[in-house]
Amino acid sequence: MLTLQVVNSPFDEKQTEILNQILPTLTDAQKNWLSGYLAASQSHSSQSVTPVEQPAPTQVKTRTVTILYGSETGNSQELAEQLSKQLKDMQRDVTVSAMDDFKPKKLKEAEDLFIITATHGEGDPPDNAIQFHEFLHSRKAPKLEDVNFSVLSLGDESYEHFCQTGKDFDKRLEELGATRIHPRVDCDVDYEEPADEWISEVIGILKKDAGNNTQTVDTQPTPAEQPIYSKNNPYSAEVLDNIVLSGKGSNKETRHIEISLEGSNLSYEPGDCLAIYPKNDPALVQAIIEELKWNAEQTIPINKQGEIRSVQEALTSIFEITRITKGLLEKASTYFNHEHLQELVKDPEKVKAYIDGRDLLDLIIDYPPKQLDPTSIMHFLRKIPARQYSIASSYQANPDEVHLTLATVRYHTHGRDRCGVCTGEIADRIKPGDQLNVYVHKNPNFKFPMDEETPVIMIGPGTGVAPFRGYIEEREELELKGKTWLFFGDQHFRTDFLYQVDWQNWLKQGYLSKMDVAFSRDSEQKVYVQHRMQEKAKELFEWIEAGAHLFVCGDEKRMAKDVHEALISIISEQGKLSEEAAKEYINKLKQEKRYQRDVY
Amino acid sequence: MVNDPNKLDSMEKLKEESRFLRGTIEEGLQDPITASISEDDTKLLKFHGSYQQDDRDIRDERRKQKLEPAYQFMLRVAIPGGVATPKQWLATDELAQKYGDHTIKLTTRQAFQLHGILKWNLKDTIKTINEALMTTIAACGDVNRNVMCNPNPYQSEVHQEIQDWAQKISDHLSPKTGAYHEIWLDKEKIIDSKEEEEPIYGKTYLPRKFKIGIAAPPSNDVDVFSQDIGLIAIIENDQVQGFNVVVGGGMGSTHGNTNTYPQLGKIAGYCAKKDVVDVAEKIVTIQRDYGNRSDRKNARFKYTIDRYGLDWFKQELAERLGWELEEAKEYHFDHNGDRYGWIKGSNRWHLTLFVENGRVKDSDDYKLMTALREIANIHTGDFRLTPNQNLVIANATAPKKKKINEILDMYGIRDGKQYSGLRRNSIACVAMPTCGLAMAESERYLPSLIDKIEGLLAEEGLQDEEIVIRMSGCPNGCSRPALAEIAFIGKAPGKYNLYLGGSFIGDRLNQLYRENIGEEEILATLKEIFQDFAQNRTNKEHFGDFVVRKGYVDEVFDGQNFHRDMKGVL
Repeated sequence: MLTLQVVNSPFDEKQTEILNQILPTLTDAQKNWLSGYLAASQSHSSQSVTPVEQPAPTQVKTRTVTILYGSETGNSQELAEQLSKQLKDMQRDVTVSAMDDFKPKKLKEAEDLFIITATHGEGDPPDNAIQFHEFLHSRKAPKLEDVNFSVLSLGDESYEHFCQTGKDFDKRLEELGATRIHPRVDCDVDYEEPADEWISEVIGILKKDAGNNTQTVDTQPTPAEQPIYSKNNPYSAEVLDNIVLSGKGSNKETRHIEISLEGSNLSYEPGDCLAIYPKNDPALVQAIIEELKWNAEQTIPINKQGEIRSVQEALTSIFEITRITKGLLEKASTYFNHEHLQELVKDPEKVKAYIDGRDLLDLIIDYPPKQLDPTSIMHFLRKIPARQYSIASSYQANPDEVHLTLATVRYHTHGRDRCGVCTGEIADRIKPGDQLNVYVHKNPNFKFPMDEETPVIMIGPGTGVAPFRGYIEEREELELKGKTWLFFGDQHFRTDFLYQVDWQNWLKQGYLSKMDVAFSRDSEQKVYVQHRMQEKAKELFEWIEAGAHLFVCGDEKRMAKDVHEALISIISEQGKLSEEAAKEYINKLKQEKRYQRDVY
Repeated sequence: MVNDPNKLDSMEKLKEESRFLRGTIEEGLQDPITASISEDDTKLLKFHGSYQQDDRDIRDERRKQKLEPAYQFMLRVAIPGGVATPKQWLATDELAQKYGDHTIKLTTRQAFQLHGILKWNLKDTIKTINEALMTTIAACGDVNRNVMCNPNPYQSEVHQEIQDWAQKISDHLSPKTGAYHEIWLDKEKIIDSKEEEEPIYGKTYLPRKFKIGIAAPPSNDVDVFSQDIGLIAIIENDQVQGFNVVVGGGMGSTHGNTNTYPQLGKIAGYCAKKDVVDVAEKIVTIQRDYGNRSDRKNARFKYTIDRYGLDWFKQELAERLGWELEEAKEYHFDHNGDRYGWIKGSNRWHLTLFVENGRVKDSDDYKLMTALREIANIHTGDFRLTPNQNLVIANATAPKKKKINEILDMYGIRDGKQYSGLRRNSIACVAMPTCGLAMAESERYLPSLIDKIEGLLAEEGLQDEEIVIRMSGCPNGCSRPALAEIAFIGKAPGKYNLYLGGSFIGDRLNQLYRENIGEEEILATLKEIFQDFAQNRTNKEHFGDFVVRKGYVDEVFDGQNFHRDMKGVL
């Protein structure tokens, strides 16, 4: 038995004595229980189990300099480079970048920040500063309390909004908590002299601080208590952005939603889904309440545990009213007390035909219930199920956010315009700043390799491209290059090329090595992803033979089926295998988890 | 020899290494991930007659949608002297419908412009243009551009001869590279492009664009003083004798850069017609050798002439020709606008038709494009694009004239005589939403601004007064604004610099009068001057002459004084 000593343990003399008295008397079971007990209670009473003060690990650090420019004609860029050179000569750690080449999330890490910017036209930022300007003025902008800054703006006094962009940045940085270490200088077209002055003054300030420019950084993590959000306890998340990705003239309405997970402690991996509990359309709820002549404010039970809600709230947030099922009809028939409905439920064929495309409002109009008591609805209506969507962002790259790609579902049937419960809500009623109840749904059957050796083939037309955006973004964040190949398709190149600019950047940077696209309605012959795969059959087979993992995401009934058949024919032709052998080859890929699908 | 090889503009290196304008254009056309081509290739593509552009109306919206800009290409069809056959008109019209934005722009340099062509259709479009015996080569780029020529409908024989000279100069100065035929016309590739050469231009072509125009007095419709080489036809006894040679004119400048300015060409002398192609070639080679290749904003021939002086130029030219230009001959201009309606010349009928800002299109209540297509289907003469963006339906027989009138009547198309003197003398460049250089609207805005200015003129009883008014979206000045009596150059959306004081015949520069003003201020400013004009003009005095006489602006004949002592601007 080990005897504790002051020198080999973190305890003081008195504690050691007591522990040494008790420890030898413990049974194995008691020791196990104790170690578990101590470990579990650690987060609640960390103080008491580490009573001996230890110095927090520290590190000494010079403040880094970040110089960002927005340049129209190259003057701002030139000045930025001039400042950068002088600071580098002083051995400072300097990053200089056009604003739009600078990753916005890196801004949190900035310390000394200098902005040099021109102003375009009527007070707008120059082209290479638009996105950064927009980011900084959005609700996504981080707090910048530790940042010191100064702004140099170039402009033309003959314009009404002289140097407006510089003024915007100057004001906004202050609003975000940053400290202005030198007042903004606005330069007219003859900018050279005031700009030089600004540069030398800024350098002077940094030099003056050079004596005490070190700071102690506390690297000790602070443990925090976190509720665990899940299906039963969804997180009420703020929507940060909600934009239509489909360009002007598109037949589609595909949306990109950004949701904040800040403070939720929720995390996810590429391939996972986010589940959303939608709310029903208030107009539909209203129509049902009016049709049944109910009192919207009346409280009713919503479950066996006796929780209550108003009729309005129950129909909006608790019960599903947009679909009717066979089970619902059967149960409803006993509550509706309607002769024809009772007859209908006896005929399974008629039930099947009736429920197709109809909702609760159709049902109560077609079979008006006699004195239906709202307290009874919990007995025949289902709870609204959460909708799952493939996540289109990387947790590693945006730990406080989750992005989704949603195709808004709209259709006309049985005499009314209708839309998907969740996609309709997001399209028509959710604005940035609103809340959605969400949780992360893990998807263990859609897991990507995270190395540079395994080739990866991704097939994701339409919104099926979402998980691949998350995956490639994660690879970028982890700086994984290697071989990656994406097949994407949609209707039109001009309007439906989802995340086009993202793919272009990743191709340029090498995080995506190949991309093939099929736009079905740009040519007379409809071209789909499987046709592009056939065109590249030889290379595709070479990749598979070299160990590639294949991922398919999107429409199940047609796309995934066609892609599957294309794969069989490619493997059979290129591998000179019979159809049976090719199917066997694909089954083997599946078993090895080298062919994974997320189809819907 | 005059350019420090260490200080050359990056465009020079690009040209040098482009293998005679090939670059990687062909590869770029194949890239399915973007509707654009690389930035370097866009610069080379200009020599092939096309600019990459995008729909700027939706640029910002698309950026938020994570879509690249709505890239598209403008294609300029160079037709020397602006003369096209009905068949060529129909081919252009068909391409505009099939691949373009359903319009044809008649340019201020007598070219057809198609807009909105997607990358995937560019090759087919260029091929079809060539099949119709037209070309896009050298319609843009650092080479000699489309040679302009007065479409004189009065004297057909004289016109034909001047037109022939325009064609000869154009052919002679056309780039000889095989790149164009390889990329667009499926001609076999030259394996070793070292064998190729550009006898006139060399590997790096010219330092900047180069423009030639031929005027036939008394009309100065080509704005002969705005050209790098202006040629004034000297006509005696209905015979072209030769040309006065004008050098070093140009319109472009850069806002806020007083080292740049518009300039009037200077008369260097006279040459007999047989020598004119040789003279043009030698002048081009002087610019090739002496033009500034380190600063593109100072590279036009006008700066070369101003830097070295006219005497130096004459001497240099004489050395290259082996003879000296003769003394310039007498000539007389009396206008630079167009005269609308039917006229008879050499037993044929010619109709000059007003086309607002040169945009041939169908709108709900004005089906100009359809009407012109129907005319092209029956017409046996030719079409002539005027330097003022209008159209001459030329060489019609009397029976065809009747038929053409029937078609025009059916669609309610009128020749333009019904419009105010201001509108009849208006030019606007394309600008928004397709031109990448535009800082403000031009073509889409000028008509409505003219509506309002007409109101002011009518108040003073000046509605029939002919005043040359031009608008450009940027200071490059495609609408030749520096020569207008009233000119607007865009500075920012809704904001313009107002210039006054050009002459009615295009031989004097205007001057900046008000900087960066919006519509309200434009109208208030003009209203006051119109009142003064109505009360105090001398007999038949033109507006441009009046504002100079009254000292609203200086009289500017030398672009180097363009920025000096601006009275209007405080």
